[in-house]
Amino acid sequence: MIKIKNQIQESLTRFLTEIGNIVLFTRDTVRQFFVGPVEGKEMIKQGYYVGVKTLPLITITGFIMGLVLTIQTRPVLLEFGAQSVLPGMISVSLVREIGPMVTALLCAGKISSGFGAELGAMKVTEQLDAMEVSGTKPLNFVVATRVLATTLLIPVLVVFADVIGLLGSYFAIRMHEDISMLLFFSKAGDAITFTDLIPATVKTFFFGFFIGLIGSYKGYTTNRGTESVGLSANSAVVTASLVIFIIDLIAVQVTELIH
Amino acid sequence: MEKVVEINDLKMSFGNKNILDGVGFVLKRGENIAILGESGTGKSVFIKCIVGLLTPDSGTIKVFDKLVNDLENGELDEIRQRVGYLFQGGALYDSMTVRENLEFPVRRTQVSKNKSEMDKLVNEALENVGLLDAIDKMPAELSGGMKKRIGLARTLILKPEIILYDEPTTGLDPVTSGEISKLILQVQEKYNTSSIIVTHDMKCARITANRLKLMGDGKFIGEGTYDELSSSDDDYIKSYFN
Repeated sequence: MIKIKNQIQESLTRFLTEIGNIVLFTRDTVRQFFVGPVEGKEMIKQGYYVGVKTLPLITITGFIMGLVLTIQTRPVLLEFGAQSVLPGMISVSLVREIGPMVTALLCAGKISSGFGAELGAMKVTEQLDAMEVSGTKPLNFVVATRVLATTLLIPVLVVFADVIGLLGSYFAIRMHEDISMLLFFSKAGDAITFTDLIPATVKTFFFGFFIGLIGSYKGYTTNRGTESVGLSANSAVVTASLVIFIIDLIAVQVTELIH
Repeated sequence: MEKVVEINDLKMSFGNKNILDGVGFVLKRGENIAILGESGTGKSVFIKCIVGLLTPDSGTIKVFDKLVNDLENGELDEIRQRVGYLFQGGALYDSMTVRENLEFPVRRTQVSKNKSEMDKLVNEALENVGLLDAIDKMPAELSGGMKKRIGLARTLILKPEIILYDEPTTGLDPVTSGEISKLILQVQEKYNTSSIIVTHDMKCARITANRLKLMGDGKFIGEGTYDELSSSDDDYIKSYFN
């Protein structure tokens, strides 16, 4: 019994310490946004990795997401003769929830793990220490640039995924009905209101911030040894995905209040 | 001679294990000291404390007469620019070419330089280590010895007054080890640097160091020139020279 109690106490202490460390890491990283120096070239490089390199994945999954959602939903609406509301329904689902969530989870898998592994390898091979001893702040050059890139670009990727998803939906409807693209997008657009758009967009900035931050944190705090690099990458994906769901839960509550 | 590093009663532990147990140390200007000792005796921990990469539990570290323990981040960075550190594997930035690796610390720590000034600095640093032709290569294209030389060039480019070498010849063949050792000596003679060389390589210690210090059980247990230590009566010290 005492052993179990000690284990629980130990796990709780470890968990709370980790939370404390993440909070401190977040504070130090955010401070770098304001104290600089601005690492423009590195920002562009990370922006390219986050934005351009993720685009093919987002395009394919976004298209399939819209296509499948429409194919699955259409028969149900058809039963009630309500297929005309399909574009609006799909667009609301995509913009409010599915687009941001699927994109964020994909980015957690690709970008968070990438940052975790890259920074972990830099830590293990003492590259971060080398920056530190030469008077350069790795937190500014390595972490702040990555976090800023994900914060600014993941919302763009979400918007892109939404549009591609709608395109997929259009193609799914076109398989059965003769509808022009203009009419489809007009119906889809009419269904979306500001109260759908604003919270959905705001939460994507938080998704982006935490995807970059958690990947970087896990890499930055990697222990010695190559095994730790793999663990950091893995832990980055799991933690970032969990945080995305928590942010989404909070966002849903806030949206409900607005409605 | 001026003391550039002065350490008193330095203690550091990881968990229950005491790594440094009241270490005292002095490095004078223009002097090279080699630190020898078994693996895990705290040699690397010791030099990491000097540049503030690790924080000791107690004791004082003075570099250029300033207490490293008490320095704010900005002041510590100023000291770090005067203290070069050569990491075991070179610690070159994987994503940058050799040129970018060398330019990186200069761009971030010194007043902005135009292209020709920067080229001159980079070329001079690479000529010092005999690797000017590797300027546009990526670290992945370099051998272990070349990485260490480039690492040294990146350290030299900031014109440090003290250089800390963490096992500079480990993992290298005897010929390359000898070349690196000679390079360390050349750097001392050319730039009048003071150095601490953490090594297991007795040949390297003999070539590069004015004095040797032997570390064991978290303390220095022997000190002297190579000849003095090699003729010691202590069996443990003698075992290093056999």
